[in-house]
Amino acid sequence: MSQATVRIPAPLRSFTGGAAEVAVEGDTVGEVLRSLSEIHSGLKQQILTDKDGVRDFVNIFVDNKNIRSLAGLESPVTEDAVIYIVPAVAGGGS
Amino acid sequence: MTASGRRLQELKRAVPEVTAEEAFAQQQRGAVLIDVREPDEVAAGSPTGAQRIVRGFLELRIEDLVPELDKPLLVMCAGGARSLFACHDLQGLGYSNVCSVAGGFGAWGSQGLPIEVPRVLSDIERERYSRHVSIPEVGEAGQLTLLESKVLLVGAGGLGSPAGFYLAAAGVGTLGIVDDDVVDRSNLQRQILHTDRRIGTPKVESAVSTLSALNPAIELRSYALRLTSANVEEIFSGYDVVVDGSDNFPTRYLVNDACVKLGIPNVHGSIFRFEGQVSVFWPGYEKRRGPCYRCLFPEPPPPELAPSCAEAGVLGILPGVIGTLEAVEAIKILLGVGDPLVGRLLLYDALSQSFTELAVEPRPDCAWCCEGAVIEEYPDYELFCAVHGG
Ligand SMILES: [Zn+2]
Repeated sequence: MSQATVRIPAPLRSFTGGAAEVAVEGDTVGEVLRSLSEIHSGLKQQILTDKDGVRDFVNIFVDNKNIRSLAGLESPVTEDAVIYIVPAVAGGGS
Repeated sequence: MTASGRRLQELKRAVPEVTAEEAFAQQQRGAVLIDVREPDEVAAGSPTGAQRIVRGFLELRIEDLVPELDKPLLVMCAGGARSLFACHDLQGLGYSNVCSVAGGFGAWGSQGLPIEVPRVLSDIERERYSRHVSIPEVGEAGQLTLLESKVLLVGAGGLGSPAGFYLAAAGVGTLGIVDDDVVDRSNLQRQILHTDRRIGTPKVESAVSTLSALNPAIELRSYALRLTSANVEEIFSGYDVVVDGSDNFPTRYLVNDACVKLGIPNVHGSIFRFEGQVSVFWPGYEKRRGPCYRCLFPEPPPPELAPSCAEAGVLGILPGVIGTLEAVEAIKILLGVGDPLVGRLLLYDALSQSFTELAVEPRPDCAWCCEGAVIEEYPDYELFCAVHGG
């Protein structure tokens, strides 16, 4: 299994005890995200749908590419890959 | 005969000449007419649609303007002598289809061919924008473009403050500012357009007061209202770029939808605590098909995942970084220089002091911007966000 680093965006850090990065093992992005949600319960429903898709207000990137343009949650994860979770953020500092 | 007279005789044999009427006809068919006279001569009038490059910079600048060596070029001076020398130099560079306009601008004028008085920088403008004029990618022409440009700032808050400051300073000729809020004491930690004394006054009023003090020559238009489906097109129409510094999802989606529909580039920035996102949503960008905001985020998140700055907090300097990056993108788009963040999402993390660039592609099935998408009317954004907000 590959070891990947998942970058947790600030809006989701309440689910990771404040951690900005979590190291997780998995051979696909889906495996990594599912094991991440086992470590930090509550994260899953913020990122994944019940039908095991990515929620529409979140994008997952592996190696700086959107998994939607790759193989979705089946996209392979190589050793030391960095996975970004990017949620929609509205704030403009008003 | 003088030496220069002899040389002109030689050049007349080496360089084809056309009459002013013929030059006009060729220009209409796509030939590039280049006026090589000095700025003070050009200031009194120059052929309509002509390119103006002073003789001294002709060889250095022609390739940027006309990269194709076989493109038909017509060179004009005041009377037809300097243009012969200029044509000879262009031939030396490899341009194969070069003609000199016999009789020059004098003949053009006496034939009643169309003339325009090109806008040039005033002495005060030349001084104010001298550091722009010195940059080859901007120059006098670029600065004139900025002065003729119109940018709309959505929000005069954290992001709109630095963007407004820099765009006004850069000489963007018309700056519109939309905001329905009033200045609050808690804004002053980051919204540097406003001042302590202006607490309680409308933000657009405060912004106009600050920006007109910085650059009194630009036109500032204020819209003290909330953008809605009903007013968005009337407000956006005529602007070259929209800089989104709004603070809520209904406005984000409305800005996106109106920009896509009207073909206006949407410079996007958003902030959360120590992190920011910047991109340019512009499906109509000519160099590559970019995504719209809905391609990236088809739906807004539920409210518990989307706390506002008031709830979540934000480092006061963060909008300074992100709003400034938005201003850079706006200027690049207006000038047509560099590579805009179209199809690229830039993440900034102040804590690790790092930038990350992520590729974002258009969604083939995007409900708003995909080919064949029928844009009829804007949805009810409050409802859209509330429904998806669960
Ligand atoms: Zn789209």
